[in-house]
Amino acid sequence: MKYRSVFEIIGPVMIGPSSSHTAGAARIGLVARDLFGRQPDWARIHLYGSFAETYKGHGTDVAIIGGLLGYDTFDERIRTAFDDAEELGMSFEFIAEEEEADHPNTAKLVIGDDEGVMELVGISIGGGTMEVVELNGFTLRLSGHFPALLVVHDDRAGVIANVSNAIAAQDMNIAHMEVGRKEKGKMALMVIEVDQVVTDELIEQLRALPNVTQVSTLAN
Amino acid sequence: MDILFSTVKELVEVAEKEQQPISEIMIRQEMLLTRRSREEIFAQMENNLAVMESSVEEGLKGVHSKSGLTGGDAVLIQEYMKTGKALSGELLLDAVSKAVATNEVNAAMGMICATPTAGAAGIVPGTLFAVKNKLNPTHEQMVNYLFTTGAFGFIVANNASISGAAGGCQAETGSAASMAAAAIVEMAGGTPQQSAEAFSIVMKNMLGLVCDPVAGLVEVPCVKRNAMGAAKALVGADMALAGVVSVIPTDEVIEAMHKIGQSMPSALRETAKGGLAATPTGKALEAEIFGKDKEARDTVTK
Repeated sequence: MKYRSVFEIIGPVMIGPSSSHTAGAARIGLVARDLFGRQPDWARIHLYGSFAETYKGHGTDVAIIGGLLGYDTFDERIRTAFDDAEELGMSFEFIAEEEEADHPNTAKLVIGDDEGVMELVGISIGGGTMEVVELNGFTLRLSGHFPALLVVHDDRAGVIANVSNAIAAQDMNIAHMEVGRKEKGKMALMVIEVDQVVTDELIEQLRALPNVTQVSTLAN
Repeated sequence: MDILFSTVKELVEVAEKEQQPISEIMIRQEMLLTRRSREEIFAQMENNLAVMESSVEEGLKGVHSKSGLTGGDAVLIQEYMKTGKALSGELLLDAVSKAVATNEVNAAMGMICATPTAGAAGIVPGTLFAVKNKLNPTHEQMVNYLFTTGAFGFIVANNASISGAAGGCQAETGSAASMAAAAIVEMAGGTPQQSAEAFSIVMKNMLGLVCDPVAGLVEVPCVKRNAMGAAKALVGADMALAGVVSVIPTDEVIEAMHKIGQSMPSALRETAKGGLAATPTGKALEAEIFGKDKEARDTVTK
């Protein structure tokens, strides 16, 4: 099921005019910010399909920037996101791409600062619901509707078992899990959606596990 | 996974078996799927209802979008109703004006509750706040109206689409109008099966509706399609309450809508490249609002 909650149908409460092009776009920006873990200094945003065709009229651009500034779908500051970004010193650029993506509402966000760069591809699937389909080159499916853990690790035997054991020890249920790797034995990524809020304690435990290189969390 | 329904057939069966309204089945499914309490779920829907009420009120004061393409029509309709000359009936026009009011607020980047999307956000509140005056529902019944619309929308979203870009306007205002019809039936005392009939009757008459927003804005023809969606919802609900049934079962109607959406060319799915957006006036308005830079696919840097 793409949609699990009635509030994905009746809702979100949002600033108009488009749930897929404004609210969904804001959420893509917000999830990118959460995963990056801080306010980026710069953002390069590639828009595809219907996003590329109609982003100005729908406020898709201000919504994505609003999301990157931490604004939720109903935050009236979305309207002034461009000015707010400028004030905070965040530079940004929008590129309307000609090529077709798999989904008509696709955005690729490349964000960064002195400490790092992150690349995220998000799709807005309608009614304000979005999914992350690619993160730093890894293909994945992340709805942003559940608390999630992202674990970057070395591709070694037992790492996945260790991580899921640590989650189970917290009496936490895994709702959805995906694992991927770029090349056998090299860098790999686990995306784990869970039912409860992820505690700092769990994050610390996961970070301490052998062969785990990075752990970030995405709260619901 | 614990799930009570994923099709309309299942939804009606569960409601009939348990002798409960559809809204109650939706609340229970929500509790199962999200593991939240009834109180939390009800409170969130109450908040959605409050947002809908305030957007109707704001729109009835008269709002205008930044582009200037839409605004003020909700007020015009209300003024016209006061003359006593209306042909189609007070309640129907009240629903139409309140649907327009909400969608005008949306076009003006005001705050609304998407039902199921922002582009179609007028129909559910428009019909609700109009039938309220006739049926005198309790506060709980008004919140339940939203759960009933949500139950049908949930099925459409999971089995077809509620996005104009994916499925055309039939997926947006079409879904919203059909969802509203089903909820009006419940509020008026109809059976779950009659809600399903109302849904089908309305959806069948929204099939094939393209998404062709002028200049890519959620304004023309969106606002007026919310108006007509509200009108169809009321007529469809009345037909079902009168005992009219749909020859094609609801789930098959939803599947037909999905297949029509998939076979629509992308020019008619929210790209502003076909239909009304591609008329000479539509193109002229686009050029006026965005200038030539949009055609040149510019890069915006700030």
